Amino acid sequence: MKTSGSISRRLTVLLACVAALLSVLSWSMVTSFARQAAERTQDNILEASASIIAEALRSEDGEVRLELPYSAFSMLGAISEDRVFYHVTQGGATLTGTPAISADFVSPAPGQTRLNTTTYQDEPLRVAAITRVILAGANRVAVTVYVGQTRYGVSLIANDLSRTAALLSIAFFTVAVALSAVVARTSLHQINVIAEAVARRGPTDLRPLRQTPPQELAPLLQSLNRLIDRLSRSLRQSEDFIAEAAHRIRTPLATVRAQAEVALHSVDDVTEKKRMRQIIRAVDESSRSAGQLLDHATVAYRSENIPDTAIDLAQIASTATAALQPTADMKDIDIHLDANTAMVRGDDVLLESALRNVLDNAVKYSPPETSVTVRVRTAGASGEITVSDSGPGLGDEPFEKYTERFQRGKNAEGTVGSGLGLTIARDVVLAHQGRIELTNNEGNGTCVSFILPRA
Amino acid sequence: MRYLLVEDNQELAEAVVNRIELDGHAVDHAGSLAEASDCLAAADYDLILLDVMLPDGDGRDFLAARRDVSETPVIVLTARSQISDRVGALDQGADDYITKPFDFSELEARCRAVLRRRGGAARNDVAVGRATFDMTNGTLAIGDEIIDLRNRELRLLEVFVRSKGGILSKAALMDRMFSYDAEITENAIEVYVGRLRKKLGHAGARIETVRGVGYRLHMS
Repeated sequence: MKTSGSISRRLTVLLACVAALLSVLSWSMVTSFARQAAERTQDNILEASASIIAEALRSEDGEVRLELPYSAFSMLGAISEDRVFYHVTQGGATLTGTPAISADFVSPAPGQTRLNTTTYQDEPLRVAAITRVILAGANRVAVTVYVGQTRYGVSLIANDLSRTAALLSIAFFTVAVALSAVVARTSLHQINVIAEAVARRGPTDLRPLRQTPPQELAPLLQSLNRLIDRLSRSLRQSEDFIAEAAHRIRTPLATVRAQAEVALHSVDDVTEKKRMRQIIRAVDESSRSAGQLLDHATVAYRSENIPDTAIDLAQIASTATAALQPTADMKDIDIHLDANTAMVRGDDVLLESALRNVLDNAVKYSPPETSVTVRVRTAGASGEITVSDSGPGLGDEPFEKYTERFQRGKNAEGTVGSGLGLTIARDVVLAHQGRIELTNNEGNGTCVSFILPRA
Repeated sequence: MRYLLVEDNQELAEAVVNRIELDGHAVDHAGSLAEASDCLAAADYDLILLDVMLPDGDGRDFLAARRDVSETPVIVLTARSQISDRVGALDQGADDYITKPFDFSELEARCRAVLRRRGGAARNDVAVGRATFDMTNGTLAIGDEIIDLRNRELRLLEVFVRSKGGILSKAALMDRMFSYDAEITENAIEVYVGRLRKKLGHAGARIETVRGVGYRLHMS
């Protein structure tokens, strides 16, 4: 069946896209937070380092003196192996250190700190500055301490964190995709439940579906049930119609026949008796035709839905034989039943009706005091029912002719019949994926076989 | 034998009653399920012939309800499609069914088959020479030895026994033997009479040919 793509796949892809977006977003956020945190840490340490150096400034004889405290640099080393620079100025003049690091720096106001990023020797350098006022003799001099550090370490930490975040994001994405597939399948499971409930049904099971659907599937289930309801109503109608038609046709025919038969016994005149017999034969002819036409219609619509029930052909043969026995007795025809179990699948009512039609033919066309044999056996992959009679045989016409509607053999003249019996049998057998074979018996009589696939 | 015919079509019912009485059975006719219930309450029947479509209900429902209280065999008369009715009638517990229009001989043959299968019906013995003929089960026996009669010979014997020694023409015999698609000729009648005569010879009964008129059975 052509489909417009899979809802499950669409749902999975959609959920996966959302997961991918979230993963990228979370990765970039973690990365930027990590960088900021690393930079803030460096800044804090640089400020602390600058302020320790500033604390170490003192004045001696009106001169500003500085003995660099080692701890100010060792704490910078705690972050990384980055290079560290310093510069101490007094009113713009260098006291000690590398002047280049404070080149584009406006010194902060006394007691203030300031941070800046500059470039030194083509490398980014983070610099913290602090200004302190010192009494040198009678003068108050403002001394600014600059401490700078390259940013390798910070980048390293930030990149490290970013990589970990990326790995986590990928893991999150993978899990999310797997989960979306599961979610998609679970949400669609209810549809499958309903589909299976419909598929599991037998062809004659037209009760409404009783599943409790999720809210979204309720309309689907409702329309399905409405369809089932309409279908069963129309099936019932055609069944009722066939039954009613049969009743309407056959009841008056039955009356005519019964009255004619009574009249046959009450008249003495030979010509009138003959006339009565002709009436009875005509009634028989039309009632058989009507009956078989209706059976043909029943077969046609039942054939649409052949059930998958296991049936023993021997059982079918025995039922059909028993039903025909009284009719056969009337002509002193013996029906021999030689039946071994042969299991097939299908509709027992149809198969029995097919066999009855053939048996009926056999009894009808056989002369009195002969025999009809019904054999059931298995042969390879098929089950077979064979009916052979001692009638006039089929003549030399092609066998296909007998299974055509309303075709009767040349040898059938003088016997009541509509020519539908074999057609019904053929239709039933074909509906069961089988075939029907007609042969002339050696000597005389006809042999009709149903060959059906074994169960 | 006492039959109950439940059939709403008056003309058909009349003809069936007529024919069954001709075979020597008593028949009551009910035109509806209500009447049938009254009849069944008032008398015992050996066999019920039940139409499917009746003015006050479906014969098959009646049948299903009846199956719980009684064992009386039932043959369903149906005018509907064979296939669908077969399922209904036999599932509801009918012993057999016959589709309308039916051949009286076939109806009779089916009644007999059902009664014989049920085995519950009382014997209806008639002495034919030294032999005993059980009209219910259709058996002819001298003492314990059963004389094998084919169906047509049996029918012929029945007709002779019912005629109580009267003369039966070939034409009359043909009428009684006439069945749905087997034409019986005068020649065939001669053949069957010949065979029956031979079989009855052992029992000391005699079929006399009344020249130019027909046959007569002397039962002793």
